[in-house]
Amino acid sequence: MGAIEVTNLRLAYGELQAVDGVSFEVAEGEFFGILGPNGAGKTTTLEMIEGLRQPDSGDVRLLGQPPWPRKDKLLARIGVQLQASSFFERLTAREQIHTFAALYGVGRGPADDWLERVGLAGKADTRTEDLSGGQTQRLSIACALIHDPEVVFLDEPTAGLDPQARRNLWDLLSQLNESGRTVVLTTHYMDEADTLADRVAIMDRGKILKLDTPAALVRGLAAPVHISLGPGQLSREDASTIRGVDEATEEGGDLVLSTRTPADVLTQLASTDRLDGLQVKAATLEDVFLDATGREYRA
Amino acid sequence: MSTPFVALAAAILRGFLRDKASLFFAVVFPLMFLVLFGAVFDDTTADKIELIEVGEVSLLDDLPDEAQAGFVDAFEVAKGDDLGAAIGEVRAGDADVAIEQQDQSVIAHYTETDQVAAAQTLGTLNAFVDGANVAASGQPPRFQLSVEPVEDESLANIDFVTPGLLGWAVAMSAAFGAAATLQGWRQTKLLRRLQLAPVRTRTIVGARVVTTLLVAFGQTAIFLGLGSAAFGLNLSGSWPMAIPLVAAGALCFMALGLLAGAVTKTTEGAVNMANFLVLPMAFLSGSFFPLEGAPDWLQVISKALPLRHMNDAMLDVMVRGQGPSAAFPTLGLLLAFAVVMTLVAARLFRWETT
Repeated sequence: MGAIEVTNLRLAYGELQAVDGVSFEVAEGEFFGILGPNGAGKTTTLEMIEGLRQPDSGDVRLLGQPPWPRKDKLLARIGVQLQASSFFERLTAREQIHTFAALYGVGRGPADDWLERVGLAGKADTRTEDLSGGQTQRLSIACALIHDPEVVFLDEPTAGLDPQARRNLWDLLSQLNESGRTVVLTTHYMDEADTLADRVAIMDRGKILKLDTPAALVRGLAAPVHISLGPGQLSREDASTIRGVDEATEEGGDLVLSTRTPADVLTQLASTDRLDGLQVKAATLEDVFLDATGREYRA
Repeated sequence: MSTPFVALAAAILRGFLRDKASLFFAVVFPLMFLVLFGAVFDDTTADKIELIEVGEVSLLDDLPDEAQAGFVDAFEVAKGDDLGAAIGEVRAGDADVAIEQQDQSVIAHYTETDQVAAAQTLGTLNAFVDGANVAASGQPPRFQLSVEPVEDESLANIDFVTPGLLGWAVAMSAAFGAAATLQGWRQTKLLRRLQLAPVRTRTIVGARVVTTLLVAFGQTAIFLGLGSAAFGLNLSGSWPMAIPLVAAGALCFMALGLLAGAVTKTTEGAVNMANFLVLPMAFLSGSFFPLEGAPDWLQVISKALPLRHMNDAMLDVMVRGQGPSAAFPTLGLLLAFAVVMTLVAARLFRWETT
């Protein structure tokens, strides 16, 4: 039995069909990513699974039970982090997590341990209003995990963070399903879904377009690999004589070779010592999105 | 490990006590009015008349002991030798009158810039001269005037303004607190977050209600304590009935704040709406000045406002010396109002602002 089973979920806000027939299953212990641009329906889908909203139609099973209407016993088994930093006003980090601990019937000891684990022990006496964006998200995640839930929902935990803070948070996030916990994460960052998630659902305009492991999604594209060479390494005419090159284009002085046999092409380039300024770009989830929607991906 | 209820109440109370603006409007601001109305306007005893005695004025120096005491009460006497300088001081407004005696005649040099003060000064002086004349005749005076004010002597202005101002303070902080909490928690999605915690709605509401009551009781303690200690506030027999009145009033205005929080979309909007409801209500309910002289139509509006009834009942039990039962109808009315407002607010409530 999966931790989450969603069947043909639909919800409309007035004219807007926010979620339009979504079905998927998340296995126990899996790290599941929902990837899509803003307004794709990720948060609404999450809210229906959590039991915050009642779907217009379709069925949700969370740990084998319908989450709507809310049941205290089921809520005690899940952890949530909402998009906004939902804290009590003017409390310190320690007071926030102690308050949430009390709401879940957990002692202060585990609360302080979590503060330590997310690297906020030094900020325990700082009010949440004065924490940085990354620290706020860490506290928010600690508050979601304080009662050791079986399933945890993280709604865009890295939104609005600078690249450094995002990567720091990935370290923490990648540990969350170590002990067999199920994690559902929404994000509009391709690299984030790629790095963290076991499987990714690509969502756009209320529908799931693709669902697989990041590697399989990219592989499924059978897209060519792009090899770019620094200026003066190779002329366009010479490039077309290399075995396996489908296409050669110039981009800002660089020569970009398009190939489906990158190993062979690279070997030939190496044997003629033309590797200066070499870059190899494989297809990414961005290409998957482009392929599925016909639009460039814009978070 | 504390219970969810205690933890929530503590979190809300901490948030309130750390919010300097809320504290100011809940406690300091109303106290400023208490000082203004209670202490400053209460100064009904006139200032002493400042008198400069130039040279020997035997009429004043030889007053009989009884009259001497009355004279000291009415005048503040400074001695001087230079008539010109003394008159200069009167002209400059630094003294009210300069007097000198030439043989049997007392000459008063006064200023007419303030005619009321001048009349008071001259009248008082005249009375002493007359008294001295009567005493000099050696005959007992034929007529006596004794005066008695109709008010109970012990009642001061502070006793009348405290209940109304306390009512306003409680209404303001209960309404603002509820409006701001509801809006703030909705903005940050804390309401949603709490909805996803295994906590009953009644626990959350209960924690907010208890916090509102604690704040209201704190305000009452500060008002009554400071009023008694610093401004001579007198409380009559059944004043403890003010406590349930304050509690019922706080619930009533908290419901009003919930309504303001439910119909608005931002925290600023909610606070402004609460202000818009509470401030005119305080004026029309006699929190700042008595409404006895107000026209009938205003009285009708006033009687429709819960704060008016709360103020009246507080005045009854705290000042007018009425028994505890005087508060009962108002208690019922305030609670009924609270229930109706809460139901309306619940109808209009939305989980999210969009």
